Amino acid sequence: MLFQNLLAAFGEVFAAYNLMLMALGVMGGLIAGSIPGFTITMAVVLALPFTFGMSPIEGLSTMLGVYVGGLTGGMFASILIGIPGTPSAIATTFDGFPMARQGRPGLALGLGLWASFFGGLISAVVLVVLAPNLAVIGLEFGPWDYFMLVCFALTIAASLSEGSLLKGLIAGVFGLLVATVGEDHINGAARFTFGFESLGGGFAFLPVLIGLFAFSQLLSDMSDSQAARQPMMAGHHRAVRIEHRQAILLNLRHRLTLLRSSAIGLFIGLLPAAGSSISNILAYDQTKKASKTPQEFGQGAPQGLIASESSNNATAGGALIMMMALGIPGDAVTAVMLGALTIHNIAPSPTFISTAPVLAYGIMVAYFLANFMTLALTSGALRAFLLVTRVPLYLLGVVILAYCAIGVFTLNNTTFDIWTLLAFGVIGFVMVKNGFPLTPMVLGVVLGPLAELNLSRSLSTSDDLSLFFTRPWAMFFVVMGLFSACFPVYQAAVRAGRAWARFYGSVFIACASVPLMLMEGGFRTALGVALLLVALFMVRRQLRQGPGSGPPRV
Amino acid sequence: MDRLKGLDMKRRINRDTITALLLLVLCGVLFHQTFNIRKVPFSEMGSEVWPRFVLLLMAVLAVIYLFQSMTTPAPQRAPFSFKAWLGAYRNPLICFGMFFVFLLALPWLGMLVAGVLFVFVTQTILGGAGHRRWIVHALVALVSVGGMWLLFTYALGVVLPRGELFS
Repeated sequence: MLFQNLLAAFGEVFAAYNLMLMALGVMGGLIAGSIPGFTITMAVVLALPFTFGMSPIEGLSTMLGVYVGGLTGGMFASILIGIPGTPSAIATTFDGFPMARQGRPGLALGLGLWASFFGGLISAVVLVVLAPNLAVIGLEFGPWDYFMLVCFALTIAASLSEGSLLKGLIAGVFGLLVATVGEDHINGAARFTFGFESLGGGFAFLPVLIGLFAFSQLLSDMSDSQAARQPMMAGHHRAVRIEHRQAILLNLRHRLTLLRSSAIGLFIGLLPAAGSSISNILAYDQTKKASKTPQEFGQGAPQGLIASESSNNATAGGALIMMMALGIPGDAVTAVMLGALTIHNIAPSPTFISTAPVLAYGIMVAYFLANFMTLALTSGALRAFLLVTRVPLYLLGVVILAYCAIGVFTLNNTTFDIWTLLAFGVIGFVMVKNGFPLTPMVLGVVLGPLAELNLSRSLSTSDDLSLFFTRPWAMFFVVMGLFSACFPVYQAAVRAGRAWARFYGSVFIACASVPLMLMEGGFRTALGVALLLVALFMVRRQLRQGPGSGPPRV
Repeated sequence: MDRLKGLDMKRRINRDTITALLLLVLCGVLFHQTFNIRKVPFSEMGSEVWPRFVLLLMAVLAVIYLFQSMTTPAPQRAPFSFKAWLGAYRNPLICFGMFFVFLLALPWLGMLVAGVLFVFVTQTILGGAGHRRWIVHALVALVSVGGMWLLFTYALGVVLPRGELFS
């Protein structure tokens, strides 16, 4: 059955038209990702209107092309001009730019390119293996567990976003509120329409998303009048020749860095709403700590570049696992893809892989292929990047605003959606200027209906509210949610040198072990007991070492 | 003494305080609106339950935000100047304003003409006027919007608004 599904998926993905669309997507992603200030989310959001007329597999393949291309394209500007093309390439700048300034831009680009490729491939393999198994676990979830999973996704998105936790939570809840506008999906009663017929159907997801991400990002970038009139990249840069052979050898020599960073990227991708902007810095930091020559970092160390680029590409695989297995977006880009799937009347959930196997395996195959395509198209994209960055930002920005209007209109053929775009553009811009993160809000908009549906189902099944906290999976997500919400407090405590911060990790593991022990099956109970023992061992060791032995400063 | 108290109060009522108060007002208005939501007979969970839950959560967070904004000293900022504010937000205000005008003009002029005009005028305001720039802006507007219009209309089969004046 698996073989048949994979074969059918191969047939769909390798169709000539789909390959052409994917190549266009990868090229677009490489260029968009390379432009400083343009995020990958924005690139994927802008690609979305083109996918309405396509089949689900074509649309998702195109978006995956943009996603993977964008993750790699971010390194162009980081290495050549020292400005990260996207937040996911921040750590690439630390060693990529010094290496380029030392006269090895071709090697730096090659290292980044091949590290991205290997990171992407590793996560693609894990995606194929892990997603179906995780989906099987997801089938065990009752509505109480699903509701708590959504709560956990929102709290972790808030705690990992830039800015304060409180503002992240407010943004997430505001997203839930936006999702309540219009007729509710259970009873069909109109809510918060204020007599406007157009609001009956609620706010369409796409205008909200484009308004929040594209508008706010573009207008923030164009705020400086002088900078907006200048070309995006100063000076004259020649296209460089990528040193592939040397780059492959160095990647293989630092295979441990490659594997560790890919694993970090995958793990961060698995966390709901935590994306590559976090994983690249975390992987870089861990590689530097593990290195015998940390003093070389920041001066063009190959390991630094490999760590950053392999981790950010591996994050995509982790995020896709969460989206396909549980229907929870792993990052902002997969939130967009989730929206794209709903436009095609497909709702990702634990049953997604079993009910739409060809599409699910098609996504996996397309992700594999996108990594190869990125490798093949990078040299061409590098030349296009050098051309595009000579254009002043205001020229490009205004054209994109017009494109947003046309793209949004095509969704439902109504100008109301363009008004929605403008309204959420203003809201997003005001939010960003006041320090409110946008990712929790988007997650709130996407997951709001899911949370309401599961709350309704659970209350219809039983009026026992304790089930939200006592069922093993629900309890597990409560623990995860509480500890992720407290994470910023823990970070502050570590910075202040508080003694209790030493025990945060061990207490977390001990608490997480309790629901595991309550679950059915010998393996999970054994895992829970093992985790509890690990936690006790950690506490004992920390008590022996005394108060001076705190966790590393975050 | 009174002057000092006034200054202290001013420092406490900062941008965060105003945002928190606005959020609380929004919660109040929307909570009141939940009483207008139609009751659906025999439904297990009324349509107003979830919005009320979300609004209560938002209200609690907004109160904490308000408290935090009033107890945490606001960062030292230069006194507010409308001119400086206008300078900092000139481009976004122009873009939002022009987009608003574009939307008003859309039913009359249609997507092609309104889009070309929007791009040309906004680029000219942001980038400055001059013969060379006018030509560049006009070309960019015609090629970009015209190209997208052609792509969506003929390749993707989307019927974009033609405009009252041209239909």
